[in-house]
Amino acid sequence: MAKVPVQFTLNGSEKAEFIESGTTLLHALRDKIGDTSPKGGCHQGTCGACSVIIDGELKLCCLTLAETCNGADIRTTAGLAQGGVLHPLQRAFLDAFATQCGFCTPGMIMAAKVLLDRTPNPSREDVVEALSGNICRCTGYEPIIQAVLLAARANSQNAA
Amino acid sequence: MAIRRGRGVAAINYPTGMNLGGDPTQALVHSTPTGNFMVTLSSVDLGQGMKQIMAQICAETIGVPTDRVIIDTADTDTGPHCMGTFASRGTHRAGNAVIQAAKEARQVMLEVAAEELEVDASDLETDGHGNIVVKGAPQKSISIFDVALSAHFKRGRSISGRGMFLIPRSYPDKETGAMKPSTCYAHACTLVEVEVDDETGEVTVLTVKNVFEIGRALNPKMVEQQLVGGSWMGISHALYETTEPYYPSRDHGGTDFNQYLMPGPGDLAETEIIVLERPSADGPFGAKGPGEMCANPQIPAVANAVFDAVGVRVDTLPITPERILRALKAKAAG
Repeated sequence: MAKVPVQFTLNGSEKAEFIESGTTLLHALRDKIGDTSPKGGCHQGTCGACSVIIDGELKLCCLTLAETCNGADIRTTAGLAQGGVLHPLQRAFLDAFATQCGFCTPGMIMAAKVLLDRTPNPSREDVVEALSGNICRCTGYEPIIQAVLLAARANSQNAA
Repeated sequence: MAIRRGRGVAAINYPTGMNLGGDPTQALVHSTPTGNFMVTLSSVDLGQGMKQIMAQICAETIGVPTDRVIIDTADTDTGPHCMGTFASRGTHRAGNAVIQAAKEARQVMLEVAAEELEVDASDLETDGHGNIVVKGAPQKSISIFDVALSAHFKRGRSISGRGMFLIPRSYPDKETGAMKPSTCYAHACTLVEVEVDDETGEVTVLTVKNVFEIGRALNPKMVEQQLVGGSWMGISHALYETTEPYYPSRDHGGTDFNQYLMPGPGDLAETEIIVLERPSADGPFGAKGPGEMCANPQIPAVANAVFDAVGVRVDTLPITPERILRALKAKAAG
């Protein structure tokens, strides 16, 4: 199959790759570009472990063809920390003990980031809704919900 | 047809590790040239925090800060043998092995320090901050860094230790059948409140109140993490999880984990966790196994609550709406 060029911005850096037509963005990110923060769980759009942010929208990159991302702005968990300082959501996930095996964590954090970008002071119900497309096998979800609420409080205190 | 409310309670006694004896785990500890301590294990950290707990146990035994301990669980082919991470056995089995190995390493460390300080090893103690001091004369001390350098480059000693955990096999008494299936038990009790829709068979769990007796909590936040997740898993086992949900024909059954149900963040019951600490006699620093244990009492408690709500005993897991409706139908038919 002919290779096709794809160019996009990943966490602020320009990326250009030749990929097989039909390659998923998950495969392109992990195996071509080397950003392994999106995880391949179900590869069917059920588990949310591969969640990334494309042009401000939460997307499942296992169901997104890389060649549809030309010119897109893509954000992953790997790009959240700035200058060695964790993003408030990453900090909150640590402080709230919201991760165990860690496989769902990048997807959870991306889903939570889209929520907080739009709704800086979410209710518990808002958080539950935002995380409802992401499966966790370890935590029972409550610590994750509490981490997102903690990050929201930390953000609003910093803004005040 | 109505929504009916019920309450159920259940208690469990849960053996830590495998029953009937044996159940070995081994550990090796050695110092690096700069006085960090490497713990080599085959026991796997599944995300429950085994590496952190083993680092705490090793650090406490040797007398160094936890960040001076490195845990290597990289390779089950080459590491000391472990039966595995399951049956709530990790902390108890591997922890005991690490204590034994760390004690042996500590003894060598003190012997080398004694040579350097020209005192008797039995007069030395660790200060917990990376130094070895003479008891009652703390001004006379040597850093563990310097002790490790001395051992490696001057004294030709290996600051290392071997540890293992193995319970002797317990055979039943020929006359009475009495035996000792396990040496360490954790305990738990759970009370759940449910609502059951007797028209659809759907169960909503309203509250889950758990008390867990887990020996000493070596890391209370991580124990809580296990218990919160475990309580959710228990509810999930009771009501959701099966690879073979009821369908009229297998053709309509699930084919992969995409069809494997678990409660999501919108299905959470109000959950309470209370921890009781009764240190175990043979656990590392009194610990028992909280892992698998904590996902069990919710299951019979839910079954009892369903019975309390609608008067039927569902004895096959999970307690799905189909099974409840079939039981209600059978009950109505007398």
